Amino acid sequence: MFLGSLLEGLQKTFAIFLANYPALLRGLTVTIYLTIITSIGGIILGTLLALGKIYGNKFISGIVTVFIGLIQGTPLLVQLFVIYYGLPAYGIRLTPITAALISFTINSGAYQAEYLRGSIQSVSSGQLKAALSLGMTRWQGIFYVILPQALRRVIPSWTNEFIYLLKYTSLAYIITAQELMGEARIIASRNYEFFKTYLLVAFIYLLLVLLFTRFFRRIERRFTIPGFEFKR
Amino acid sequence: MSKHLLRVENIYKSFGDNDVLRGISFHLDKGETKVIVGPSGTGKSTILSLINMLVPPDKGHIYLEDIDITRTRDVHKIRQNIGFVFQDFGLFNHLTAKGNVMIGLTKVKKMGKKEAEEIAMEELRRVGLENFADQYPAQLSGGQKQRVGIARALAMRPKLILFDEPTSALDPELTGEVLNVMRKLATEGMTMLIVTHEMGFARTVADELIFMEDGVILEQGLPEKLFTNPEHPRTREFLFKLTDLYNEGER
Repeated sequence: MFLGSLLEGLQKTFAIFLANYPALLRGLTVTIYLTIITSIGGIILGTLLALGKIYGNKFISGIVTVFIGLIQGTPLLVQLFVIYYGLPAYGIRLTPITAALISFTINSGAYQAEYLRGSIQSVSSGQLKAALSLGMTRWQGIFYVILPQALRRVIPSWTNEFIYLLKYTSLAYIITAQELMGEARIIASRNYEFFKTYLLVAFIYLLLVLLFTRFFRRIERRFTIPGFEFKR
Repeated sequence: MSKHLLRVENIYKSFGDNDVLRGISFHLDKGETKVIVGPSGTGKSTILSLINMLVPPDKGHIYLEDIDITRTRDVHKIRQNIGFVFQDFGLFNHLTAKGNVMIGLTKVKKMGKKEAEEIAMEELRRVGLENFADQYPAQLSGGQKQRVGIARALAMRPKLILFDEPTSALDPELTGEVLNVMRKLATEGMTMLIVTHEMGFARTVADELIFMEDGVILEQGLPEKLFTNPEHPRTREFLFKLTDLYNEGER
């Protein structure tokens, strides 16, 4: 009885997928696009912020600290609204996708800066001293010796960040960016099958997360320094 | 023009209330090996850090071939001429043995990859590690790590190499292989300034011994003289104690 209705439910859900897969695929593409661009943008911004905070002078370090504090201390949705609805008041009009790209990149950058700061500080200070003793400048030492080690250590945190972004980009539907969640809302408002449609979307997100997690584990292994493998 | 490669003149350095160095002067000629000995915490390693300009002196001058390196602005250019071998090796963990030796050549001396690789292999051969070129630091023993550290310093063709207790982190079995490499360098005419507690090594390899205590040089001279007939009673006490302790008088 129960099994029968479950099977029927699954069938209906699958039917929704078949009926709407072009739209879902379109949404999925936008979601992945948003996630990849903002996570990479976040890495770049985060690296600059972390370097500024650790190695910059008092002024730069102070500005970075305030910036990170502001971003971490306010909701992502508020940041999204400020950029999409607030900036037009100053003559800056952005498409929903561009607004989402910018606010997610800034938000992710602030968080990634803190991850990277932790891993930079976990590389022993003797490494920079050794780099200096070879005649490297401070920045050469940071780029050729400290960062290659710190970036490796931060891969697990970045996996996390990527997966957060994958899911949090769903907020972009609120400013009408048609990503996966946005498409799902349109589909559900037409077929009235809210539960099954959102269940289907949840399942797609889950599948994506599992897929990307595996992918990043592989990258992590690929970049492990020989002799530093994790052993139980 | 002085003929000395390195001149250290009347150096003072304190960290807070702690006067670590109180008027240190000595010099080093090309091809010479000098060993600094003395009790722990007397500023021996601080001298090396000062020569490598990792910390500035409070007073005094250090000249490398007539250039006052305590007054120069291009610190990193001067450092290319001074090799440094660390107590904890300081190998770059993300690079192979060969990569560690090459990076100074490619990034600092802007040498081509192929040429740098040849020099790296040559220096690894010199320290007996040509078969370990592709190993990462974490895969090497302590003695091997330190020999890579020496090869890395050598590859830069420095005018002198500073050794900061190069065998203190090694067990006795591995100490020998590092000391042998250093002994070979001394006979090949490398200019070296070494801080160590290896008395047997100091006695047989050093051209001159510098005995330091409490931030001053109490005595410097030929190792045989300091070991057998020192002028200062503290030198006698320290050297005899260590020689007894490690039973290295005959080594």
